[in-house]
Amino acid sequence: MKPVFKRPKSLYDVPFHYCPGCHHGIAHRLIAEAIDALGIQERVVAVASIGCSVFLYDYFAVDVLEAPHGRAPAVGTGIKRARPESIVFTYQGDGDLAAIGLAETIHAANRGEQLAVFFINNTIYGMTGGQMAPTTLPGQKTTTTPLGRRVIGEGAPLKMAEMIAALKPPAFVARVAVNNSKSIFQAKKAVQQAFRIQVEGKGYAFVEFLSACPTNWKMTPCEANRHVSEALIPEFPLGIFKGDL
Amino acid sequence: MPKLVLYKDRCKGCALCTLACPKHLLEISTEINRQGYYVISLAAPGKCNGCGLCAEMCPDMAIEVWR
Amino acid sequence: MRKTEAVYNRKLVKGNEAIALGAIAAGCRFYAGYPITPQNEIPEFMAGRMPAVGGTFIQAESEIAAISMVMGAAATGARAMTSSSSPGISLKQEAISYMAGSEIPCVVVNVCRSGPGLGGISASQGDYFQATRGGGHGDYRTFVLAPHSVQESYDLTMLAFDIADRYRTPVLVLSDAVLGQMKEPVYLRGYKGREIRKPWALTGAKGRKARYLKSLYLNEGELTARNWKLFRKYRRMEKEIRYEMYLTEDAEAIVVAFGCAARILKTSIQMARTKGMRVGMFRPISLFPFPSQALAAISNRVNRFLVCELNTGQMVEDVRLAVKPGATVESCLCPGYIPTPNELFREIKKRYLASNP
Repeated sequence: MKPVFKRPKSLYDVPFHYCPGCHHGIAHRLIAEAIDALGIQERVVAVASIGCSVFLYDYFAVDVLEAPHGRAPAVGTGIKRARPESIVFTYQGDGDLAAIGLAETIHAANRGEQLAVFFINNTIYGMTGGQMAPTTLPGQKTTTTPLGRRVIGEGAPLKMAEMIAALKPPAFVARVAVNNSKSIFQAKKAVQQAFRIQVEGKGYAFVEFLSACPTNWKMTPCEANRHVSEALIPEFPLGIFKGDL
Repeated sequence: MPKLVLYKDRCKGCALCTLACPKHLLEISTEINRQGYYVISLAAPGKCNGCGLCAEMCPDMAIEVWR
Repeated sequence: MRKTEAVYNRKLVKGNEAIALGAIAAGCRFYAGYPITPQNEIPEFMAGRMPAVGGTFIQAESEIAAISMVMGAAATGARAMTSSSSPGISLKQEAISYMAGSEIPCVVVNVCRSGPGLGGISASQGDYFQATRGGGHGDYRTFVLAPHSVQESYDLTMLAFDIADRYRTPVLVLSDAVLGQMKEPVYLRGYKGREIRKPWALTGAKGRKARYLKSLYLNEGELTARNWKLFRKYRRMEKEIRYEMYLTEDAEAIVVAFGCAARILKTSIQMARTKGMRVGMFRPISLFPFPSQALAAISNRVNRFLVCELNTGQMVEDVRLAVKPGATVESCLCPGYIPTPNELFREIKKRYLASNP
C-alpha cells in the first residue's frame, strides 16, 4: 500500500495550537508540502510575524526568525539580500501585512525582492480576540465594529492581491481559498509556484489565502467554511492576478 | 482495501472532513479524546475508496490515507 | 608605520564618512538606511561603496524598515549596520528591542540632532537617556560608544562590530551633528579585530536541526530566565568599558563630558590651565556601561565635578550615582546650541574661583 496522504517532513510531528476548523493548519501544510516537493528544506529561512501564526517555529522544521509586527517583508529582505542562497518566505495575517506592515509589504513587492509572501486573510484579528482588520467586510461585526464595519469612517476591505498585482516588479500574485478540496488543489499549485519562482530567481511572489476564523466569526467550523464561499469570495475574487501557474 | 488512519488525539472535531468526503462516510462520534473534543469516525470502512480528500481538508493532519 | 604608508593611509574626511569607512573596514557588508539630516553622508557613502565590496546597500522605505532589514541580515550572521539621527532612532527602537531580546548583534549609528520632536539639525546630546537606558520597550540595554573626533568615529565603529558580535547585542554609536559634519584627517589604520563564528545564525537547516531566533517567551519562567540572562550579559560587558582621563593627575576639579562637548572642553581646559587653574576632564567613551568605578576612584581625591552636556541634564545623573558621597556635582547645560570654548572656559572659571577664592 502507498500513502495517499501523509504528513510532510518539513512539519514537526506536533499538534497545532490553532482553534478547531482554523485554516492556518491547511496553509501550513501546503507550504510544507511545497518545500518538500522542491527539496528546499535545508535552504529555507522563514519569517514569522505577529498574530496567531507567531509560533511558526514550533511547527516548521526550517530556520525561523520572529519579526516585529508588520516588518516581515523588510526582515525577509535583509535575510535574502545578505544570504541569496536562502529561500525566504514570510507568513503574515491581515493585521500584520495589510495594516501595520502595509508600507513594508508594498515596498518589498515594489522592489521585486526575491521573497514568497503568504498572506492569511481571515478578515479579522485572531490572536487579540476579534477586532476589525483592514480586510474586514463591510457590515461585518467585530469587537471594535460592534455595529458592523462602516465603509465611510472605518474603511473598505483592502484588496491586497489586486494592489500588489498593480505593481510592475512582482512575478506572481494569486488569491486562493482552502475551504474545499478543489480550492485546496489550486492553492497547492499556487504555493509551489511561489517557491519555484524564487528557486529560479524570478522575483517576488504573493499568495493570499482566504481563511476561516470560526472562533472570532462566532460560527461553527462548517458554517465558517461556507462563509468563505458565500461572503469572502464575492468580495475577494480568487485567481491568478499576475504571472501563471 | 484502502486504509484510513485516524489520529484521534489530533482531531479537534471541527467536522470539515465530513464536508470533504464525497461519499459522506465520516461523522462526529460520541467518543471524547484527550483534548476534550468529540472525534471523527468512519461510518462504513468498506465503502471508503481512499480518495484522500478528507485528509487534504483536515487542518490538523489527523487523518492519514493509504491505498 | 613607515612615513609613506602613514601618508597614504591618511585621509581628510567627514565624521560621517569615517563611520562608513570604519564599518566597511570591519567587514560590514549590509547597510540599510533612510535619509535624515545630519547623517546623510553615511547612506550616500554606502550606496557607492557597498556594491564595490560585494555588499548590499538598501534605501529603505522608512527607518523602521531599515532596521528590520538589518535584523534580517544580521540574523544570517552578516555584519550589518544602519544609521540615522534622533527622530529616526526613535523609530528604530522597535527592532532594536527585538534584536536585544533575540540576541541578534548589529551596529546602529545615531548622528544626534536636537529635539524633542523635529527639533533642529544642530548637534545635541538630548538622546543620552534614550541611548543608555535601552531606548525602546522592555528590560534591555544597548552598548553605547561615543566618539569625540573623526578618528574615533572610524575606530569606535570598528570596535562596535566586535562588541556586538562578542555579546550578541545591538551596539549604538552615538555621534552628533558636529562630529558627523566636520572634516579631520584620519589614519585609516584598518581593522585589527577578529570576526567570530556565529553558531546561532540562520543559514538554513543543512546537516543540523532547524533553529530560530525569537523574543516571545510565554511559558512559565522562560521570560524571567531570559531577562536574567540579558542582565548577566550586560554586567559582563563592563569589561569593555572605555574612558579618557585628560589632565586629571593634578586636577582639583574635574569636568565630565562626552562627544562634541568633550572636544570643545579640551580647549576650554587648556585655557583654564594657562590661567593656573588645575582642571582636568573625565570623558566616558562607553556611555553604557558607564565608567562608574573609574569615576568613583577619582572622587576619592577630587570632590568637585562639573558635568557639561548639550541637554538639560542627563549624564549628570550617572555621574551623581558614581561619585563618592560628599562630592559636589554641578551642571553646565547647553540644550539646543553649541557652546564656544570661551563660553565654557568662563563657566569653569566662575565655579573654580567660587570654591578657590
